[in-house]
Amino acid sequence: MKPAAFDYLRPSTVEEACQYLQEYGEEGKLIAGGQSLVPILNMRLSTPECLIDISGLEELKYIREEGDWLHIGALTRQRDVERSALVREKTPLLAEALPYIGHMQTRNRGTFGGSLVHADPTAEIPLSLLALQAAVVIQSAEEIRAVDVEDFFITYLTTDLMPNEILREVKIPTRHIPKGYSFQEYSRKHGDFALVSAACVLDVDEQERIASVRLTLGGVDAVPVLAREVEGLILGEKLTDSLLLEASRAAAADIDPEGDLHASREYRLHLAQVFAARVLETAYHRAVLGKGSAT
Amino acid sequence: MQVKREERYSLRLQVNGKRYEEQVEPRKLLSDFLREDCGLTGTHVGCEHGVCGACTVLVDGRAVRSCLILAIQAEGADITTVEGLAKDGKPHPLQEAFSECHALQCGFCTPGILMSSVEFLQTHADPGKEEIADMLSGHLCRCTGYKGIVEAVQQVADRRKEGEVRESGDPVSICSRTTPTV
Ligand code: FES
Ligand code: FES
Repeated sequence: MKPAAFDYLRPSTVEEACQYLQEYGEEGKLIAGGQSLVPILNMRLSTPECLIDISGLEELKYIREEGDWLHIGALTRQRDVERSALVREKTPLLAEALPYIGHMQTRNRGTFGGSLVHADPTAEIPLSLLALQAAVVIQSAEEIRAVDVEDFFITYLTTDLMPNEILREVKIPTRHIPKGYSFQEYSRKHGDFALVSAACVLDVDEQERIASVRLTLGGVDAVPVLAREVEGLILGEKLTDSLLLEASRAAAADIDPEGDLHASREYRLHLAQVFAARVLETAYHRAVLGKGSAT
Repeated sequence: MQVKREERYSLRLQVNGKRYEEQVEPRKLLSDFLREDCGLTGTHVGCEHGVCGACTVLVDGRAVRSCLILAIQAEGADITTVEGLAKDGKPHPLQEAFSECHALQCGFCTPGILMSSVEFLQTHADPGKEEIADMLSGHLCRCTGYKGIVEAVQQVADRRKEGEVRESGDPVSICSRTTPTV
């Protein structure tokens, strides 16, 4: 299994990369860490005319806090995000999700932005960023624009990113860091694609009533799903066992997963409910434990 | 920089401390470059799509799958393969431990696992069994059942903690070997 022949371009700035994309149009394909793309090339599921290698663009490798946002450059290696003290402090949900991605050996090479634009519906980074209300910054030869992660995913492996555009960075709001968070997923063996994954951020007030919550589910649709019904149901309430059951049922009520070789539709529905309950419960307990401490 | 598909690019990088400059097609995988152009066949190729881990090498000190990197992407990199582990004819402490703990049978998976273990031990001062298993989840071994591998990595970590292991190998463990050194 070897890739088919292609022309190779290595721009030295983002602007140059955008120029190449403009020139080559649909024929040109960006390669960064290559942990999803190279298998596809090796199996010749895709045979692009031209590869534009942006993996060396240092200007898109950073993690920094500016104002009320945590900025993560698209080409930052997943492993660097995983090990970042700043990420652990500002977005503990992300720090908890990252070790689930592939294996240490692929996270060493795979990029943060690469996982996002690949847009696998079971992927950990998209699911977490949806829960965290993140935004992405996109650049082309003509403009730089920002899109909410909520509007970014269109369907399987398809995003709002146009063929002439590059993902520059991800911005995560940090003005208020939820005390409660949890990421959990089920896969047949560690590092496999998740059958179902779930992420939750949550906060409580002084009386331990839920003040805010966002619950997201992966592997249950063509894109990561925000379980909106849950919010209306549990906001202002304490999370009792019966409410937890009701909320997790509500989370799974509106999804319509497809069955495949790995799991039937019914099994995915079951897992979605179980994992919705697990992340809600964990996030709630963490929020209650953390409510006294300063933000 | 641009290289046409039919062109060969003069690729320079360093493997096990030695400099190489070879002519490569853009589509050549790093795994094939190491085996075919550098003649370093210790790096094994199993699946060629990032599943088995046999092709793992260190690129600038980090364990990565060489079948998922184009050689041309590794320009200027400092690479270590399994051939670079032994020093002055003495096996690396991990190689010693693998031998002692029967952590290999056919040996196909071993080079990759060794390279991951090198990085793993550098980043984990006192690893537990679970962390070792987690690191190994990126590798397939069809022979051993993994038990010996976990033990071998654990052994090196333990000895290091006790200050027994020196850079170039551990004389104590060489004496306790059951297989003769050739
Ligand atoms: S040959 Fe590279 S992971 Fe299997
Ligand atoms: S020793 Fe044979 S595959 Fe691991």
